[in-house]
Amino acid sequence: MATVSARIGALSRRHPWAVFCCRRAVRLTVLLLLVVTASFAMIRLVPGDPVRAALGVDAPPDLVAAERRNLGLDRELTAQYWSYLRRLAHGDLGVSLVTGEPVTELIRARLPATLRLAVPAFVCVLAVALPGGMLAGIRTRGGRRPRTELTLTVVTSVVAGVPDFVLAAGLTAGLAVGLRAFPVAGDLGPQSYVLPVLALALAPTAVLLRIVRVETLRVLAMDHVRAARAKRLPAATLHLRHVAPNTLTASLTVAGSLLPALIAGTVLVEKVFAWPGIGSAMAQSVVAQDYAVVQASVLVLGSAVLVANFLVDLALALLDPRSVIRET
Amino acid sequence: MGVTALAMLASLAVLAVVGPVLWGPAADRPDPSAVLQGPTGGHPLGTDHLGRDLLARLLASTWSSLLPAVTATLLGAAAGVTLGALTAVVGGRTRRLLGAFINLLLAFPALLVAMFFAVLFGAGARGAVFALAVACAPGFARLTQTLAAGVAGTDFMAAARVLGLRRHRLLRRHVLPHVAEPLLLNTTVAVGSALVALSGLSFLGLGAQPPSYDWGLLLSQGLDRVYTEPLPAVAPGIAIVYAGVAFQLLGEVLAKAATRQHPPARQTGEPAASPAPTGRRPAGADLLLEVADLRVALPAGDRTIRPVRGVSLALRRGEMVGLVGESGSGKSLTALALADLLPDGARATWSAHRFLGADVGSLTRRERHRQLATGMAMIFQNPASAFNPALRIETQLTEAVRAHHGIPREQAVEQARVQLQRVALPGERRLLRSRPFQLSGGQRQRVAIAAASMMRPDLVIADEPTTALDVTVQRQIMDLLRRVRRDDATAILFISHDIALVADACDRVLVMYGGTIVESLPARALADGARHPYTRMLVASVRGLTADRESSPPGLGGAPPDPGGTAPGCPFLDRCPQRLDRCAAEIPVLSALDPHHEVACWRPLPPTASSGRPETEECDT
Repeated sequence: MATVSARIGALSRRHPWAVFCCRRAVRLTVLLLLVVTASFAMIRLVPGDPVRAALGVDAPPDLVAAERRNLGLDRELTAQYWSYLRRLAHGDLGVSLVTGEPVTELIRARLPATLRLAVPAFVCVLAVALPGGMLAGIRTRGGRRPRTELTLTVVTSVVAGVPDFVLAAGLTAGLAVGLRAFPVAGDLGPQSYVLPVLALALAPTAVLLRIVRVETLRVLAMDHVRAARAKRLPAATLHLRHVAPNTLTASLTVAGSLLPALIAGTVLVEKVFAWPGIGSAMAQSVVAQDYAVVQASVLVLGSAVLVANFLVDLALALLDPRSVIRET
Repeated sequence: MGVTALAMLASLAVLAVVGPVLWGPAADRPDPSAVLQGPTGGHPLGTDHLGRDLLARLLASTWSSLLPAVTATLLGAAAGVTLGALTAVVGGRTRRLLGAFINLLLAFPALLVAMFFAVLFGAGARGAVFALAVACAPGFARLTQTLAAGVAGTDFMAAARVLGLRRHRLLRRHVLPHVAEPLLLNTTVAVGSALVALSGLSFLGLGAQPPSYDWGLLLSQGLDRVYTEPLPAVAPGIAIVYAGVAFQLLGEVLAKAATRQHPPARQTGEPAASPAPTGRRPAGADLLLEVADLRVALPAGDRTIRPVRGVSLALRRGEMVGLVGESGSGKSLTALALADLLPDGARATWSAHRFLGADVGSLTRRERHRQLATGMAMIFQNPASAFNPALRIETQLTEAVRAHHGIPREQAVEQARVQLQRVALPGERRLLRSRPFQLSGGQRQRVAIAAASMMRPDLVIADEPTTALDVTVQRQIMDLLRRVRRDDATAILFISHDIALVADACDRVLVMYGGTIVESLPARALADGARHPYTRMLVASVRGLTADRESSPPGLGGAPPDPGGTAPGCPFLDRCPQRLDRCAAEIPVLSALDPHHEVACWRPLPPTASSGRPETEECDT
């Protein structure tokens, strides 16, 4: 054990990037396997008979038996697992218990709609919170403008405390039903993106803004910023070159951790806006007890979260090469 | 804020207890004649599809909305804390495995995990609570793990382990009590988010099942008719936000209270006005920097400390002057005040301040900025933190000349290369491309000197530039500073606590104590010509400087004065071996003994120390 870890240590000193990428790839693989196994186990662990539940109490017994055979539920567990993996490798996610459609088709139709919400929402979060938090940090440093700071704290903590689906409901009631400014539900062109994206982005923006502000205050108090001040650089150069890059690592780490929650949040927000995405498909199939679709949604959303995490880690490593060395 | 948080929580608690009793019957009474009504006088929020009053349902379900959230959080916290605390008491390999396990769990968003388990446990309030407990456990585990790692490294844990305490005892007696406070805080915040998540599950149809109901279910039912009636959807939403914010606020209040546990001692009274400075030199053409009665005030909590209390100094062109004193004597703040780099909130005042022939007080901000940009450079104590870790050395060396002299990049880089050669750093090309963390401390301080000389400033302030380095590197850095001064005729204000180093390198020495300069003398007179008792003690504490190596040096007994203190007398009073009554009543002012020697003491020591002057000089050479 000791010699192995010593050897890895020596390797990591020589090729920190290779070791870093390997570690991350192994971690991603393990986590993906975990998601696959969980989605496999889910349908077998639900209380009662999932097929009976989906088809209804009065379904004919031979139909139930056929559906069970179809899902492979009548075979031995390990054999089921292997065939599940094999089918997954071929992109086969089974068929919906309710509609009989292939689940892969459903995912293919609905995943882009979810991404069309999640990606703009994440971009909005970054575009508002990074500059906003930095500006707030610079303006309130060293206890300046205490009233601005108090307002900011109160507003961001209230906004951060509002759950996205409640916000979505509120926005629908206020802006769509009350003012008729935006469509209430569905994907009817660019206008219908405003409310769902807003509902998804607002709370993470508030959280990130607070963290970027605190992070900016921390960097502003650092020795090297004082050294940079001693060079009397223009304010824009000082803040953009000497402060911003050093706040970025921590800010993006937090932003990366907000991304999974944002992806999960699409489930609720899509339900509110009847958005034709994967989240609303999951919400509907949970109620209809269509476990084949739930299983596939868990698999897709879980994998999306993991891949997003992996990409954020890589981006961070590129931005701040020290993190590679620190980790290995 | 604390009052608001408590009031909100109290209102929730009261509603939770009396809600079901007061409004429960009304909430369950169907009224077929008033189905799906909008808000009216009798039903402020309207009625649902069975004609039940929505306000009554909202108020009555406070209990059924809050209790599961609290239960789920407590369950999750118990599981997570146990898992996390275990990492502090188990062996290395198990600890790594547990850590990896916690990391795996944390990779998934709590809401997704909760949905997964809610499906597994079956739709219903109980399933949702368990699902949520599972979902919030990893967060607690990670927090506990981090906190416990801090505890595991402490001495008392090592001692407890040596004593052979059993694991569960270690956990209960030594780990958990030390991590309780932040965990409690996290629990408060977690209840708020559990409430929200639970409402989300109910909203999805995975939580409370009709005929039981909670806020999430009410919201979901209200949303179905949001097109016609917004209020039935908005009201439960407001209830969820209200409770969520209440717990969030409580968390913030607790966090603030935890950081404010030890408020600084309150200091009353204003400092005595000190006598007007008399030791000021006449303004001369060759004076580069001249400052009189410089004072710095810093707010600290609810009092003001005055670390610099009337410093007067003057530097000629090309002169190397040492500023010596213990830590806390105000040396660095003096330097920062001269460079306009005081921390936020600090205020500097002076009776006269001239730099490069201009009165600083009469310059516009822009002019002052320009003057400092081109005329002054600083070298800081810790080369490890004085460079921006994210930027290449090239950028950090060239940015000042490019910004202030408008030199194109290539030319600036060429200049930087010349400077690096001068500070004896080979391989400039590779060095310029590297980042600070790739250099050693000595290399970094050389780069700092190169950076300071890039602008060819008239004055370099070096604030303890060698303190963080080892002795051999120290000598090299001192040689470099001397060379910069010789080649460019740059004046250097060299700040150090090391009187031997200063005596060796500088022309003149200013000795600082308690925020004032107590003696100003030529460096060569330091060994035996010091007249202030404090300078004498400093010199005596360095064996190499004294001629008489037999007698043991009197150590510096006592402590430096409190920078917040307001006593009227001499700052050195408490440690002075020969104080007079006058010393307690009046601050001695810096007054000239001869043209090159000033001292601030009511009773300066006689010029010759215990050993004779000729012997000392023999010894020094």
